[in-house]
Amino acid sequence: MRLRFLAGDVWVGLRRNLSMAVSVVLVTMVSLYLLGLGLLAQRQADAMKGYWYDRVQVSVFLCSRGSLQPNCGGMPVTEDQKATIKSQLEEMKPLVKQVFFESEEEAFQRFSEQFKNTPLVGNISVGDIPSSYRVQLSDPTRYEVVVSAFQNAPGVASVQDQEKVLKKFFTVINYVTLFAVIVAGLMVLCATLLMATTIRQAAFSRRREIGIMRLVGASNFAIRTPFIVEVLIAALAGAALAIGMLWATVHFIFNRYLTNIVLNQALISANDVWAIAPYLAGGVVALAVVTSTVTLWRYLRV
Amino acid sequence: MIRFENVTKTYPRGTRPALEDVSLEIERGQFVFLVGPSGSGKSTVLRLVIREEPTTSGSVLVAGHDLGLLPPRKVPRLRRQIGTVFQDFRLLPNKTVAQNVAFALQVLGKPNRLIRTLVPETLAVVGLEGKGRRMPHELSGGEQQRVAIARAVVNKPAVLLADEPTGNLDPATSLDIVRLLATINASGTTVLMATHDNVIVDEFRRRVVELADGRVVRDEAQGLYVPKEAPVPAPAPERDPDDLWSDPDNGDWADEIVRGEG
Ligand SMILES: Nc1ncnc2c1ncn2[C@@H]1O[C@H](COP(=O)(O)OP(=O)(O)O)[C@@H](O)[C@H]1O
Ligand SMILES: [Mg+2]
Repeated sequence: MRLRFLAGDVWVGLRRNLSMAVSVVLVTMVSLYLLGLGLLAQRQADAMKGYWYDRVQVSVFLCSRGSLQPNCGGMPVTEDQKATIKSQLEEMKPLVKQVFFESEEEAFQRFSEQFKNTPLVGNISVGDIPSSYRVQLSDPTRYEVVVSAFQNAPGVASVQDQEKVLKKFFTVINYVTLFAVIVAGLMVLCATLLMATTIRQAAFSRRREIGIMRLVGASNFAIRTPFIVEVLIAALAGAALAIGMLWATVHFIFNRYLTNIVLNQALISANDVWAIAPYLAGGVVALAVVTSTVTLWRYLRV
Repeated sequence: MIRFENVTKTYPRGTRPALEDVSLEIERGQFVFLVGPSGSGKSTVLRLVIREEPTTSGSVLVAGHDLGLLPPRKVPRLRRQIGTVFQDFRLLPNKTVAQNVAFALQVLGKPNRLIRTLVPETLAVVGLEGKGRRMPHELSGGEQQRVAIARAVVNKPAVLLADEPTGNLDPATSLDIVRLLATINASGTTVLMATHDNVIVDEFRRRVVELADGRVVRDEAQGLYVPKEAPVPAPAPERDPDDLWSDPDNGDWADEIVRGEG
């Protein structure tokens, strides 16, 4: 089969079946968009996990002047207490991978940097954020060990593990992903059925041509390729639109409105869209080829 | 060229065999009339030759190949060796005469250069020079059948099958069409033509194979439609009520290409 003849055949087929082709494009677009959102939500969760796991998992906040925690008794932490805490943390190696001290001054600096374009900065001064030991664990899931060891230690105001804070957030993300993937799954099912119907419609409207092709000895490949290519073009057009919409979503909504908030560095970006795009496109190619092959095999007499 | 060895064919929904223990040998270059009343199994013979249907028992050999042993993916290659024409022409109504003929080459992936020389050449052979740009509906029945013949032979097949090619044509046009088939036969193509047109068979005096109820009842070298000694039967009806392919009143000839609800 010559390429130009195939192209002409496909073009005629698409035009003759335009409404079906358009619906394949749209349904593919919506299903891939939802699927893409689910995948991006997971990547967002992974990015944040990576971000936090690379940094601090447990913060041991120390008493400062005016701390209200009963453990402090209103007194700031003493140098002795600090030394004890420090050496106890060092003893917990290798679970404790790294410990560093953040003074009140440094805490203030970090906060100002993170929220530099928000009104929060003006309302806070040195000393409002207590000094702390920031502990990095070799196994972030075993934070409980550190928490229980220091919760009521002298000079410790509170022990905060990021895991617990982030867990809620990850749970929400997981539900969002689950929802997106379920709806996407239903839409993919719709897309599959629609592709099958489209093929049958196309085969029916070209049954004379197919009859002649079989009679003169055209190969199955020659008979089926135009149908497969038609569905493939429609599905890829849908995939391209979906990827465009995902990019727009990340670029305009995510990166523009959520920028400069706490997790600045841990946000997904257009790069993540490009990273999942090949999988979406590849998946849709596989789906279109398998669906049309199976439909033709079942529906078209050879 | 074509050989039937004790072939029996029963259709899946058929009650009795359409062909029963048929043995037949057609040599390369022969011209054979396959005659018999409606429902005697003529079309079934042709369908078995192009492997449109498998045999129930026995074997069909074409050019030495046992079609029962032919894997499905090689069936197209077999069909490229065989041209087929039908009573209802089966032209594509939205293509010109030349495009209809070219279609048979395009779907086989032949280069355009070849198509541009072969199509006018073949149209000339069938007597349609200069009519390449006409649409099928602008042609007479006889001319449409010539287009169908051109499409069947443009790829230079070794065998030409014709299933009642004159069934829709008036007697004079019918004779012209069979003369054309005879010309094609003279250039070396084996021709097997199913017909129940006694005038034509008697006029051409070629080999006659007669079927009745799925059995070969006569095989004569230069036969007549009815052997001299037998009484003349009533002429067969114009159209075969059992022929699922060619009845134009009962849906499209191509309907069985696709299955189920359309
Ligand atoms: N697809 C089919 N399914 C069932 N029976 C069929 C089918 N095609 C033909 N037959 C039966 O097989 C017999 C021979 O048919 P056919 O070969 O078409 O005869 P002819 O061409 O001589 O009229 C007939 O009895 C017909 O009813
Ligand atoms: Mg018949």
